[in-house]
Amino acid sequence: MMFGFHWNTSSNWAFAGSIIPILLRGMVVTIEATILGFLIALALGLVFALLRAVPLKIVSWPTAFVVEFLRDTPLLVQLYFLYFVLPNYGLVLPAFLTGAIALGLQYSAYTSEVYRAGLEAVPRGQWEASLALNMPMLLVYRDVVVPQAIPRIIPALGNYLVSIIKDTPILSAVTVLEMLNVATIIGDRTFRYLVPLSMVGGLFLILTLVSAWLVRVVERRLPHDGLPLR
Amino acid sequence: METLSTLLPPLLRGARVTAELALVSTGVGAVLAFASGIGKLSTFWPIRILSIVYIEIFRGTSLLVQMFWLFYALPLLGVTLGPTLAGILALGLNIGAYGAEVVRGAILAVPTGQYEAAVALNFTKRYTLWNVVLPQALVEMMPPFGNLAVQNLKDTALVSLITLSDLTFRAQTLRNLTLKSVPIYSLVLYFAMALILMAGMRLLERVIANRVGVTAARARS
Repeated sequence: MMFGFHWNTSSNWAFAGSIIPILLRGMVVTIEATILGFLIALALGLVFALLRAVPLKIVSWPTAFVVEFLRDTPLLVQLYFLYFVLPNYGLVLPAFLTGAIALGLQYSAYTSEVYRAGLEAVPRGQWEASLALNMPMLLVYRDVVVPQAIPRIIPALGNYLVSIIKDTPILSAVTVLEMLNVATIIGDRTFRYLVPLSMVGGLFLILTLVSAWLVRVVERRLPHDGLPLR
Repeated sequence: METLSTLLPPLLRGARVTAELALVSTGVGAVLAFASGIGKLSTFWPIRILSIVYIEIFRGTSLLVQMFWLFYALPLLGVTLGPTLAGILALGLNIGAYGAEVVRGAILAVPTGQYEAAVALNFTKRYTLWNVVLPQALVEMMPPFGNLAVQNLKDTALVSLITLSDLTFRAQTLRNLTLKSVPIYSLVLYFAMALILMAGMRLLERVIANRVGVTAARARS
């Protein structure tokens, strides 16, 4: 029994049917971790991208180093660091929150590159024209650059959203009860791993296919020449 | 009293396991990437379907799920893999599926004039693929392959969850014993290995580009 649901081990099919509600409970946590992690990555990535664009080397170089470090070290080890080492320094966070922060940290390194590439892809002439028109910097970003960068940025961010979904099982290493962890617990208690683990594989396939399709739908609806912010 | 000098030797032994796993699984992945990337472009439909199914399954599900499936579920079907084999297979199958899309994209990016010239010179299909298309495509593949190799190195950390004593596993064991901030050292070691790997891939990229005589358009994401 788990989450108040009993399993039926009379046959593989009955077993599969009886654990669906339990796995779906895990899927809710998977989706929650994905969304929270993605939001952190979006915000933190923007901070990194902006700090990296600061013309002071004393700001931009350390930022570049941090981004590179986050990108080139394993999510699992970063997660262990947050979960086991930070409490040594007095910072204790619940497992789910730690997991979402770890996902957000790792992916902020990727999203910051997406923002940077998106802004750099806006033709130079657009900047020069804004300068020639004597527009204030805030308006240049709000009305000229960012609207044109958004259609280039969204698809890449969407791909990372799908990647985050596939990285959430790593949170099981710090006791988060997401889908994979739920499935292995069912396996541990029933000595039947094949059915729950195969079902988790199938459910992940459904999750990623649906989210990839959603990303494509959003991508297609974006105006190609820019998304006005007003 | 545990100091860095007592912690470092076991960590380095773990790093060696990590490096070996990364190398072998990248090799497995490269073979699978070429086989299924070329297979997806095949005109023979069973091979095409097989490649597409493989790529979609391994790109569409989570690496850790694949690893657990090979390690915990497969024995119930009568096939028992040791943790090393399960880890290498999961890593190789996963990165191979991502690599397949790189191989396919690079082959499709070879200018059509090259194919037309090969037809005009009456080259066989096999000769065209191996001696005209792949050398040029290989140059384009190298930068994304470099990114995938680093990705794979990072992914090797997951084998610690199927009991292999790699760098992550040893760091966790030492942390449990000493309650020290050992993950910091393992992060630094991973970073160092990634930097070495990136330098190696750049070198390989240049060697291949020199031999083929074409340079790749660099893009990192």
